[in-house]
Amino acid sequence: MTTAPATQAGPNRLKAKQRPGDRIFSTSTVVAGSLILAILAAVTIFLIAQSIPAFTAEPDDLKGADNFWVYVGPLVFGTIWAAFLALLIAVPLSIGIALFISHYAPRRLAQGLGYVVDLLAAVPSVVFGLWGITVLAPFVQPFWSTLVDLFGWIPLFQGPVSGTGRTILTVAIVLAVMILPIITALSREIFLQTPKLHEEAALALGATRWEMIRTAVLPFGRPGIVSASMLGLGRALGETMAVAMVLSPQVLISFALLTSTNPTTIAANIALNFPEAHGVGVNVLIATGLILFVITFAVNFIARAIVNRRKAFSGAN
Amino acid sequence: MSKSIEVNDLNVYYGSFLAVEGVSLKIEPRTVTAFIGPSGCGKSTFLRTLNRMHEVIPGAHVEGEVLIDGNNLYGQGVDPVLVRRQVGMVFQRPNPFPTMSIGENVLAGVKLNNKRISKSDADALIEKSLRGANLWNEVKDRLNAPGSGLSGGQQQRLCIARAIAVAPDVILMDEPCSALDPISTLAIEDLIEELKEQYTVVIVTHNMQQASRVSDKTAFFNIAGTGKPGKLIEYDDTTTIFSNPSVQDTEDYVSGRFG
Repeated sequence: MTTAPATQAGPNRLKAKQRPGDRIFSTSTVVAGSLILAILAAVTIFLIAQSIPAFTAEPDDLKGADNFWVYVGPLVFGTIWAAFLALLIAVPLSIGIALFISHYAPRRLAQGLGYVVDLLAAVPSVVFGLWGITVLAPFVQPFWSTLVDLFGWIPLFQGPVSGTGRTILTVAIVLAVMILPIITALSREIFLQTPKLHEEAALALGATRWEMIRTAVLPFGRPGIVSASMLGLGRALGETMAVAMVLSPQVLISFALLTSTNPTTIAANIALNFPEAHGVGVNVLIATGLILFVITFAVNFIARAIVNRRKAFSGAN
Repeated sequence: MSKSIEVNDLNVYYGSFLAVEGVSLKIEPRTVTAFIGPSGCGKSTFLRTLNRMHEVIPGAHVEGEVLIDGNNLYGQGVDPVLVRRQVGMVFQRPNPFPTMSIGENVLAGVKLNNKRISKSDADALIEKSLRGANLWNEVKDRLNAPGSGLSGGQQQRLCIARAIAVAPDVILMDEPCSALDPISTLAIEDLIEELKEQYTVVIVTHNMQQASRVSDKTAFFNIAGTGKPGKLIEYDDTTTIFSNPSVQDTEDYVSGRFG
């Protein structure tokens, strides 16, 4: 610092040399970044513009519901309920599988298992739907009737039991299998990134393998588990085919898991009704899509908030 | 609290590779023992066999025995988890749990050992351990702040507090100051001097001045060449090792002629 302090905007201000490679790279990232915003904006504008007529739609276009909100209510409930049940099944299982792969399994088995899980993610949802109808539903039906016989006094398991096994709980299992691979794969990557130092710190304090995982691995992976679950939830919320194929559509709000009258989801409802919809009916379906969009957005927002709340303790610093 | 360590003819293997060969030494309670020697001579590996932390590496195993107050760590049916509760360890790089506050870090080991601890006992233990690690005055107002927000030296003392909170008999330190600045190093060295009154301390260090400053006895490890096993060359009072060692290699090393 031997030269006199130059003013910020002075003519002699040093400028970093611009290299073509840097310029191309920075431009392409800016383009990519803006593109995603533009696409999102385009989708949002489309949804909102097309939805407006639905909010004043007549009961004729709403399958007899008084207004749009009465129509969409049960669908929103069904969507969230099915996705919530799926997440309830999938998250503990995924964490278990991911921990097994990352910390328990012998290396060769872990690799093979990792591939199998990834392969599961490549199965199209129609296949899962078919599997749900033809294999899973008949298979679980006896279990469901036993559940209703034994625990029918709990509202969740109230009868009469579905004779086909095609209930919301069966759908939740199909959805859980569908979202399992993504949650497992992400959790596994995060668990593998736990610093060796922290694992050793726990072990040196006299932690057993499980205690080490509980003190070092799981807390470190928590934000990642939340993110992975949200990606899974996003898929479960928007899943169309598997739900549409397994459930016979009903419009109602019911927490009962095992009866033959089950709430359907927004996505399945759109898929089933779109081919025969016309006029304002189309707008109504698009408006339900807008609601799904808002739900997904809200869920992600909440997840972000949860992760950020304990940012100082994340291990990123 | 403080216990003696006796090692008899210990070999350490990584798979079929012999990493450390034929170590025998006896460490008295309430002393500081320093392990010195060039990189790769097996002193850290050997240190880890004193609380069975080497078993974290797949394929690592030992032959021979390590007696803590006469009890063989490698006897039939000895649980490594229980061994590590008796023999605490501080690592080369400070490693407080980033997801825990300062207070929770201190209690991490205790929560493992006996799950339930009353609030007042916990607070008392946090204060006692942090005082024991000379950290209390610096952090007493922010026990709920994340442990990773402290400076490197403070983090390392937090790790020492965490280790002494479970009341071990022996504390192993694997180059505890190598990632720290001189002031923090001095703080840790002063602390080692105090820890000696209650614990048996074993420290691996690359810094020969540090070994001569803090330790009562010094063990010099060396290897004959790459791929050869590390061996204990000489083990004696620190003053003897640094002023009048009986082996030529030791003299060459401590006088800076190699390594």
